[in-house]
Amino acid sequence: MKRLTTGGRINRDTPVTMCFDGRDLPGFEGDTLASALLAAGHKTVGRSFKYHRRRGVYSAGVEEPNAMVTLHEGAFREPNTRATCVEAQDGLVAASQNAWPNIHLDIGAVNNLLSPFFSAGFYYKTFIGPFSGTGFWMWCERFIRRASGMGRAVHLPDPDTYEKVTTTCDVLVIGGGAAGLSAALAAGRKGARVILAEQDTVLGGAILSDPVGGESDFWLKQIELELHTLPNIRILTRASVFGAYDSDTYGMVEHLSGCEGQPRQRYWQIHAPRAVMATGAIERPMVFGNNDLPGVMLAGAVRSYLNRFAVLAGQTALVATNNDSAYATAIDLASAGAGVTVVDTRTEVPQALREQAETAGIRVLRGHAVIAARGRKCVTSALVAPLDQNGQPLQLACDLIAASAGWSPNVHLWSQLYKTPEYRPESACFIPRALFEAHLQPAGLVTAPMEMAQIITDGFARGSEAAGPDGDAGTVPESFDGGPLWSGNFGPVWCAPGVKGKAFVDLQHDVKLSDIDQAHLEGYVSVEHLKRYTTTGMATDQGKLANVNALARMADLQEREIAEAGTTTFRPPFTPVTIGALVGQDHGAHVRPTRRTPIHDWHVAQGAALAEAGLWKRAWYYPQGDEDVGAAYRREAAHVRAHIGLVDVSTLGKIAVQGPDAATFLNRVYTNGWKSLRPGRIRYGVMLREDGIVLDDGATARLGEHEYFMTTTTANAAKILADFERRLQSDWRDLKVHVTSLTDQFAAMALAGPKSRALLQTLCPDVDLSPEALPNNSFVEATIAEHPVRLHRMSFSGELAYEIYTPSGHGQPVWQAIMTAGAPHRIIAYGTESMGTLRIEKGHVAGPELDGRTTMEDLGLAGLASSKKPFVGSVLRHRPLLQSEDRAQLVGLLVEGDEGARGGSLIFAKGAAPEGHGEGWVTSATYSPALGKYIAMAFVKNGQARLGEEVQIVNLLENQTSSARLISHHFFDPEGERQNG
Amino acid sequence: MIRIHCPICGQRSETEFSYYGDATVKRPDEHETDPALWVDYVFTRDNPRGWHREYWHHVQGCRQWLVLERNTLTHEVSACHLASEASS
Repeated sequence: MKRLTTGGRINRDTPVTMCFDGRDLPGFEGDTLASALLAAGHKTVGRSFKYHRRRGVYSAGVEEPNAMVTLHEGAFREPNTRATCVEAQDGLVAASQNAWPNIHLDIGAVNNLLSPFFSAGFYYKTFIGPFSGTGFWMWCERFIRRASGMGRAVHLPDPDTYEKVTTTCDVLVIGGGAAGLSAALAAGRKGARVILAEQDTVLGGAILSDPVGGESDFWLKQIELELHTLPNIRILTRASVFGAYDSDTYGMVEHLSGCEGQPRQRYWQIHAPRAVMATGAIERPMVFGNNDLPGVMLAGAVRSYLNRFAVLAGQTALVATNNDSAYATAIDLASAGAGVTVVDTRTEVPQALREQAETAGIRVLRGHAVIAARGRKCVTSALVAPLDQNGQPLQLACDLIAASAGWSPNVHLWSQLYKTPEYRPESACFIPRALFEAHLQPAGLVTAPMEMAQIITDGFARGSEAAGPDGDAGTVPESFDGGPLWSGNFGPVWCAPGVKGKAFVDLQHDVKLSDIDQAHLEGYVSVEHLKRYTTTGMATDQGKLANVNALARMADLQEREIAEAGTTTFRPPFTPVTIGALVGQDHGAHVRPTRRTPIHDWHVAQGAALAEAGLWKRAWYYPQGDEDVGAAYRREAAHVRAHIGLVDVSTLGKIAVQGPDAATFLNRVYTNGWKSLRPGRIRYGVMLREDGIVLDDGATARLGEHEYFMTTTTANAAKILADFERRLQSDWRDLKVHVTSLTDQFAAMALAGPKSRALLQTLCPDVDLSPEALPNNSFVEATIAEHPVRLHRMSFSGELAYEIYTPSGHGQPVWQAIMTAGAPHRIIAYGTESMGTLRIEKGHVAGPELDGRTTMEDLGLAGLASSKKPFVGSVLRHRPLLQSEDRAQLVGLLVEGDEGARGGSLIFAKGAAPEGHGEGWVTSATYSPALGKYIAMAFVKNGQARLGEEVQIVNLLENQTSSARLISHHFFDPEGERQNG
Repeated sequence: MIRIHCPICGQRSETEFSYYGDATVKRPDEHETDPALWVDYVFTRDNPRGWHREYWHHVQGCRQWLVLERNTLTHEVSACHLASEASS
């Protein structure tokens, strides 16, 4: 292997120094990591997945199965990158994988000797037999897992940044080779907005593998020049289109590592009504013994390294082929000074090609095939045999075997949309079916054309069609001599009979020819089963090299045609996509919006502990000193009952219900009657789902003749608004009602405690707050410190209480004014934890009780169901099982001991064995400062008839049992004297 | 990725919408008391392979409810109307 002093597309003026396995690795700008490794003589660059065999660079593109490396260090570490796709950059650090202690002396290579035990499906077979499920199996399994696999992922947070872009264009051209460039040119000339996406760093595709300065280079420069003059063409390089999705949407990743001021990768969602797929083809390996030995490469890759990177991969080359295309490699190698022998499986080789080869000093062996590569660390010779088996195998010395068994068009994107491609036997490949209505049209090598002119003409035509009927595409660019193509004159042999040694079908997953044979013997018939059993095509390369050969072998064994055997399903992504790119900036706190109440800053300034409630951040408790939540909520709850407290309830769902039919609407969505509610009054209501289960509860105030102000629970606010909108826009179009969310527009706070009226009166001296003027469940408008407020007299805590609503912008000053004025009354702010304690003491239901399984009867709320009118759920709530007497009913629990109960604990009758689901479950639990006891709410089978009974509370998670007595869940002030006073 | 042509907002991505369900079922009259009809409305659904009418909500857009003609096999959307204007 050597770097040539001239030629290639590398920039010799800009040398770079990288590091591979701790040693300096020189290269040039324009190199890939793989070309630099080859130039520096690294034959072995990794170890294989299962058998830890030596592997070298095999290809020059995205299909690379062997040269898998880990890039970077620390948190930046990235395993399983293909060295063939990594741009050479100064300071790049790369390491080989799957070898210990190093690739030259790898302990795991013992697997190679044990390979008879690791044949197809060996892992599955360990699931049955004497050791399955035993400790011994578990022990072995650890080693199996560690021995296989590739690079190790990093467990640190990813320090890189990523970006997402959504964009549109008229025509997306995928692939910047001859066909793609022609398509972009035609569409661009017609004035269409074009995105041309090329996964390589530069445009050109296969042209880049031609010798520098040839006809094709001239063609490329001409086209590029014109493309750059068209402002409607956007050219993106390093951009891989990896998926084609519904509604003409394409997924693409742009790789920007090392580009100044750019994120590491950018994920594009492109909406393109028309697209041209000029994705080219990938060469297929020949299968022979030891075809994985370093020094065996794809023929086209050898040519790429020679012409693009000025690396001569071998001095004595053997080119093994069954088609014309490899002759280009042979001739270029010979021109570069290598000794070349072509081993062609065909007996008939086109005359012109043969003469060209022989003129270049190449020996051509027709009707021969390589049956094995030989060499310990790398190829030193090849065993070549005549296919008619007349004559002895020859051993030919060589340091490079460049093999081509044909090419596989990259039909992936097309197949993601339009399913199965069709098999073309004469070129031994799958190509897209002709689908004239398809929005994604193939062009170029992906259609297995017979000559270069066809690639350009077809590309140009597809681009022009995609751009639509308007505009003028001009004339098709003239063609150039593209060299011999693979698609005609194809010889069917890709694997000679009598191959010797391990012959690999899937290099990356170490699947051998014999594994396919074994799967066949074991009765695997379907191609999808074969794939999963042998794992062929299941590595990170997704069978880009392996699939057709594996299929061909299977079809052979079944004595069927490949077309009958079919292919496996193509799914996105075409090339691996970093999760980070898909995530973009949407991680951590940016996954969802964070909602803060208008009073949030005050809570934070006061040192409140915050709790998450859906998207909301809520003040959970306000610790004094080193109080924990337990101490704080007891103090806060007791203080509210003794004095006064203020809690932020801005998160409540608030909906304006307006219109002449508003009362009718409320009558339908709530179970109770609303026609009698007078303006100025408030009513509690319960809503059901259509199936009769309780959905939500809340209070609604009648602000005017046709205007109501509804509150919902925090959790259900969005769902209920959407449900109202649906009903009003579909089934209930006859109702003249409009609903509007006011949740964000209003701050809300509840002032609770025996001194709340006195305090409020000092703040609103002109408003009559007497029980006669403002009884419970009524409201009045007022101002606090000149801010407009509405005072809803209602109570969730059971104390004398007022909910104060004010437009959001006034929330913080109103809160502040109340806290300041309340100081003489010893006012405190209290959080959601003590608010929960107060509501449990009162026996009010909340989220844990409204769990989507409970009925009005279960909750003791049946009295709120009107019998005089229909409402949502009014018929189905009477279904027999929902009315059954032994349903679990809401009760209170007086819990003994000093631990309390945990929500979710099961309830069993006293003395019963704690087995099965029990007779009920705990929903909400707290310590009650008012009662001086631990209490809880629970659902217990037929519970209301069992009040007074002793039961067991069993916490199976923590293995704790306590006893409790069933009592009314209205623990505190059941008559409501405090709130009504 | 489905793209939906909202009559109010134009062509928008699926991520702005929420799916609700079958738009071919008809809610019984408000005063209907036969439970069988209500059970049918709430629980009985066809699961067609091919074209279907569905409610979608442009929840991150104009908040209009839409009736879509969507092919459950190919994800094609052939028509999209405001629910408030759709023929029932």
